Amino acid sequence: MSNLNEQMADRYKNNFLKEIEEQAEMGEWVKMCMQCGLCSGSCPTHFHSGWDHPPQEIFMLIRAGKREEVLNSQGMYMCTSCYNCYVRCPRKVPVTHVMHGIAEYAYRIGRAPKAQPTLHLSKTFWTNATKYGRVNEVQLTQSLYFKDGIGSGIKKAMEMQKEALGLVMAGRLNPMEALGMGHKCKDVSGIHKMLAKAEELEAKNKAAKADTAGKE
Amino acid sequence: MAEMKTAAYLCKGCEIDKRVNVAALAKIATKEGKMALVREHDFLCSADGVALIQNDIDNEGVTHVALGACSRRAKTEAFNFPTVALSRGNLREGVIWIRPDTPDAQETTQEMAEDYVRMMCAEVKTMQVPAGNQKTGTIKTILVVGGGVSGMTAALEASKAGYKVVLIEKAAALGGWAAKLHKRVPTREPFKSPEDNGVADMAARIDADANIKVYLNATIAKTSGSPGRFKIDIAIESGSVVTEDVGAIIQATGFTLYDANKLPHLGYGKSPNVVDQAGLEALAKEAAASGKPICRPSDGQPVKSVVFVQCAGQRDASGEHLQYCSGYCCNVSIKQATYFKDSNPDIDTVVLFTDLRTPGNGEDFYRSAQNRGVIFSKGVVSEVTANGNTCTVQFKDLILNEDTAAEADLVVLATGSVPTSGPELEALADAKRAAESGTEETKNVVLQMMDKSVLNLDYRQGPDIPHFKHGFNDSHFICFPYETRRTGIYAAGPVRRPMDILQAQEDATGAAMKAIQAVENAGLGKAAHPRAGDLSFPTARLEGCTQCKRCTVECPFGAIDEDEKRFPLFNESRCRRCGTCMGACPVRVISFENYSVNTVGMQIKAVDMPDEFSEKPRILILACENDAYPALDMAGMNRNAYDPFVRVIPVRCLGSVNTIWITDALNSGYDGVMLMGCKHGDEYQCHFVKGSELGRYRMSKVYDTLKGMNLEIDRLMDMEVAITDMDTLPGKINAYAEQIKAMGPSPFKGL
Repeated sequence: MSNLNEQMADRYKNNFLKEIEEQAEMGEWVKMCMQCGLCSGSCPTHFHSGWDHPPQEIFMLIRAGKREEVLNSQGMYMCTSCYNCYVRCPRKVPVTHVMHGIAEYAYRIGRAPKAQPTLHLSKTFWTNATKYGRVNEVQLTQSLYFKDGIGSGIKKAMEMQKEALGLVMAGRLNPMEALGMGHKCKDVSGIHKMLAKAEELEAKNKAAKADTAGKE
Repeated sequence: MAEMKTAAYLCKGCEIDKRVNVAALAKIATKEGKMALVREHDFLCSADGVALIQNDIDNEGVTHVALGACSRRAKTEAFNFPTVALSRGNLREGVIWIRPDTPDAQETTQEMAEDYVRMMCAEVKTMQVPAGNQKTGTIKTILVVGGGVSGMTAALEASKAGYKVVLIEKAAALGGWAAKLHKRVPTREPFKSPEDNGVADMAARIDADANIKVYLNATIAKTSGSPGRFKIDIAIESGSVVTEDVGAIIQATGFTLYDANKLPHLGYGKSPNVVDQAGLEALAKEAAASGKPICRPSDGQPVKSVVFVQCAGQRDASGEHLQYCSGYCCNVSIKQATYFKDSNPDIDTVVLFTDLRTPGNGEDFYRSAQNRGVIFSKGVVSEVTANGNTCTVQFKDLILNEDTAAEADLVVLATGSVPTSGPELEALADAKRAAESGTEETKNVVLQMMDKSVLNLDYRQGPDIPHFKHGFNDSHFICFPYETRRTGIYAAGPVRRPMDILQAQEDATGAAMKAIQAVENAGLGKAAHPRAGDLSFPTARLEGCTQCKRCTVECPFGAIDEDEKRFPLFNESRCRRCGTCMGACPVRVISFENYSVNTVGMQIKAVDMPDEFSEKPRILILACENDAYPALDMAGMNRNAYDPFVRVIPVRCLGSVNTIWITDALNSGYDGVMLMGCKHGDEYQCHFVKGSELGRYRMSKVYDTLKGMNLEIDRLMDMEVAITDMDTLPGKINAYAEQIKAMGPSPFKGL
């Protein structure tokens, strides 16, 4: 357990709902859920084995103060951002955003599971997209193919060979991207500066929250 | 009365003359109908047509008018001739609109129209102009029983409309349950904060109202009389009795909370920290008065955590506790949770519910409580155990599907409402029969039951208003919310069904309006709802009466008592004119001036009966005028065709159908008889509550007669019809007609 996790657990004692409300983005919506279950019924990932707690249960667990169960859950990472729940919620709770908020908070305090595929995808995508200011598809695909090792990467690549060649022939895929060439945005350093500033601001906000909130 | 002069008028408008031969109909009215005067008109409901009829009434001495035009439900304002007897032949909705306009159909359509002309002529000759009830009472004062929010509202509304009110309250002050509330659920935008209970204001307005006379610490010792002239003996505090004369009564006796002592598994009685909702209101009032936060009763320490248990002893499928939802308690628990959150946001407030039901604008209030941090959990509580100064609430979390527990300083049980409605009349009658044996014990049972009586009516049918389900006063649940089965007595508020303050106020206002209508109609000798304004009333030819008491027993409204010689004694002002007594009478001595065994019987006989070789069966339909007949009319408006061999006669209620009509019809050669009446039972739709049920019960006896006559029992068909059945009804009529045709002609034809 990371230090921050313990700090937070200690600070909020038994009031996990308050912890989520103050620390997680959109966490203040958790109390507004009326337990109708429309979010869970609308979720397209319901069949997936990783879906241990649907959104309705995550909300309920938070309200019941079950910190460990929520932070150990895979539920919030399974969200594919389809926004079905968001659109359908009769209470207009932004369920998708709340799920992301909780996942981000768990990650921030070091409670995200290690080999979580959606978490890996997000991180890979972010690193890739911010590097050139736009997505380098070949490098992104490569890093996803080879995430479980060389052998399985080659196997997956061979399986998709025909599709890849088709894309190349149609001019939809530039093999040179593998070497860091191909499409980039016009002002890469400008983007980097912007992102750095945004990160700095966000870090400041969150640090301030972590410092002040929860202390009566 | 002057000598009878009959006249028939046949309308040619609305294409009637294009579809049927009106001249032939006129000939039938003269020759067979024996009408002294027969006129045709192109447009009878026009000013000119109406003037023609009025002129004949004024100058030709016409006393009986038969109109062959549209349905009796149409053009009632144009064809309003109160000084003469009036019958209507339904040539439009009943004939041309329900028959296809084809050469094939022409012959049967004409025959149908001819029969309706014969029937209207036969009917009108047996009718008289109703004179109106002469034994009227003209007292316009309204009695309100119960001084809670419902009663106070009814009193204020009636007074505002200009009527004098007598208000009786059993307790020492006005206000009822509402006065015990610290605050009430919000009634105004933005529905976020509890409001003042409003009782002081209402009580002050009543005190200041010269129209309203209040008796506190008073109960009703006896109610006698009928609408327009009730006599109320009021037992007042001093022990003496005062008598008030009133025209109508509103019973707003409210409710009590379900006794939480019956819920020991929820900790009530075991720990002082388990209270019901009224208990919490008392704690909140006490706290507000002392300026302190709400405290635990056990040790007087401020409450830090509270659990609200919804549906405590309610919606109980086992039958041990209340089976119904009381409707208001979810909003009340939300309100009570805000008492805590508004004084200190750190107090843990958890509401354990299975379905949170927030009528009115409660949803906004629910959200505002969630915003304040009240935790709502879906869970079923199994047990509450006392634990020193705290309680442990064991419950099953329905979302996480696990048994779990919560600790709380205070537990509030939402126990729901039980109506204050007087004894159940059938149980009371049974108890009285048992008490005839004379033992002290059985007599005490009766005394105990009578002790619960609210109205102490001196009616033959019992001292109070009959119950519906679960002890609530029956008040025509589906169609007419305030109408009880005792004319001129209206139920309002939670004595009628569970409800909250706003609903009770609306209810009380509605009941006040109905009470005003009742005193006005009673004063004019007219019927109350649903035949409001009807001037006819039943009379009995007592020399033929066998004192069988069926009429007194069956009258759904308790209108008929027995006189000292045990003959039926009609209280015309209590009568709703349904005719159930007329249908019940085995010797047929009860009749109305314009509706009797004869008016229908003559119509049945007037129909032309083709012989058994004609392949033209005749099916009689006796249709309830409240639902089935309008449904048939609407089938006509929608041009839904049905079989041409049926002949429809509207009846006031299935309860008014005398079995003689059925046996006469079958004896005289009808091939089948269909009865169309409203749904009966727990979800009854009968306008007269019990009429259709009694009618059907009576008809079940006719099947034996059919067997005795060697007839197939399918020749009598009983059908439940609702007013919305206009599209399905023709199909059902046609199916029955096919069944009758397949059965072959009645053996009684031509006998």
